[in-house]
Amino acid sequence: MYPSRFRYEAPRSLSEALDLLKLYGEDAKILAGGQSLTPMIKLRFTSFEVLIDINNIPGLDYHRADSDGTLHFGALCRHSDLEHSELLHRQQPTMAAAAPLIADPIVRNRGTLVGSLCHADPQGDWASVMLALNGEIIAASAEGERVIPVSELVVGPFQNALRQGEIAVEARVPAPKGTVSGDYLKLERRVGDFATVGVAVALESSGSTVSRAGIALTGVGPQNIKATAAEQALVGNSLNSGTIDQAARLAAEAAQPKTDHRGSAEYKRHVVQTFVSRALANRQPARAA
Amino acid sequence: MEERRVNVTVNGEPKVADVEPRMLLAHFLREVLGLTGTHIGCDTTNCGACTVNFDGKPIKSCTMFAVQADGHEVETVEGISRASELHAVQEGFKEEHGLQCGFCTSGMMMTAKALLEENPNPTEEDVRWALSGNLCRCTGYQNIVKSVLWAAEKMRSEAAVRR
Repeated sequence: MYPSRFRYEAPRSLSEALDLLKLYGEDAKILAGGQSLTPMIKLRFTSFEVLIDINNIPGLDYHRADSDGTLHFGALCRHSDLEHSELLHRQQPTMAAAAPLIADPIVRNRGTLVGSLCHADPQGDWASVMLALNGEIIAASAEGERVIPVSELVVGPFQNALRQGEIAVEARVPAPKGTVSGDYLKLERRVGDFATVGVAVALESSGSTVSRAGIALTGVGPQNIKATAAEQALVGNSLNSGTIDQAARLAAEAAQPKTDHRGSAEYKRHVVQTFVSRALANRQPARAA
Repeated sequence: MEERRVNVTVNGEPKVADVEPRMLLAHFLREVLGLTGTHIGCDTTNCGACTVNFDGKPIKSCTMFAVQADGHEVETVEGISRASELHAVQEGFKEEHGLQCGFCTSGMMMTAKALLEENPNPTEEDVRWALSGNLCRCTGYQNIVKSVLWAAEKMRSEAAVRR
């Protein structure tokens, strides 16, 4: 057996899970889809005295939209649910584009959006998507709930801002105010590899004017990067070859790529520029509000 | 050493065992139940040789603990044929020469079976997409894809006869 010994708890309700988390304190770790955590435990990169498996808690596998367009994703909503989600195809093109590019189809059957965000792998795709969309995490504890913007959730590689006793129970995407469009482009050496470069683009427009722009980058820095200057270059303007080129250039400047086995820094920066430009030019519209 | 009781339905039969929580599902199937058709290839969630169907969906059994299968249904390659009759997917791999060394085959077949249950009429692209988490180092995939398409056709024609 590869992992070191641990105690296993399989609570049947959120309150039971929170009680267990309180009981075991920092010795405990929440297990959701387990597609990142289990390999790390097997390789003994990490170990925990107690695993609290939340897969048996009913009612956490949802994803749904409020009437204003706010999107909610429960802690057990899996990547494959999102890949096949009619709701995302209708309303949230950036997420719809990213879902089929997460890991591989078998991993997508288990892995979860919320777990992936909490795992805070600097190479993760969903964090870029959520940064572009101003996404949030809802953390539940015995004291109640608090909202953590995804931009504040990740505090370092594999480190998140959850406090002891908290469980991330939901991811949320705020309601759009304009017409939604977006895309996620990912260059990978083969299916299931981490991104050589990933680019998330999420726009809201009023007529031909961009009212909100989200652009975030995967795989080109010590963490996912929100390309703020590129976003600002678009807001208040319409998309044309001039504004697209400018945003793509600013995004490439924001990238902090390193040369590694996936490519040279120069190559990755070039891909960022190409992808931002391509994603802005070919972005998918939301089909209905 | 603390063990936990696991009640799991494997290939339609209820199984009960006491296992350490750290035991992987792949090891449970192979070493506790003796179902060695499920292979362990890369051990790093990449190759898909250990693929089994968990409540009908393919998962990598090296990336789940056996205790997590408590109360669930697991189907392995040993469970897909009926008596001496091969499953259409198995027949397809035989007819179209969908294997060389055979190491990835059980995982390939479990993914293919789940695909065909969800989508009885897949395109070649659908098959390639579905199998993209299962690695084969021998065949170049051509004959694997043909095998799955062969199985799809056989299953459709059988379904047509039943109607």
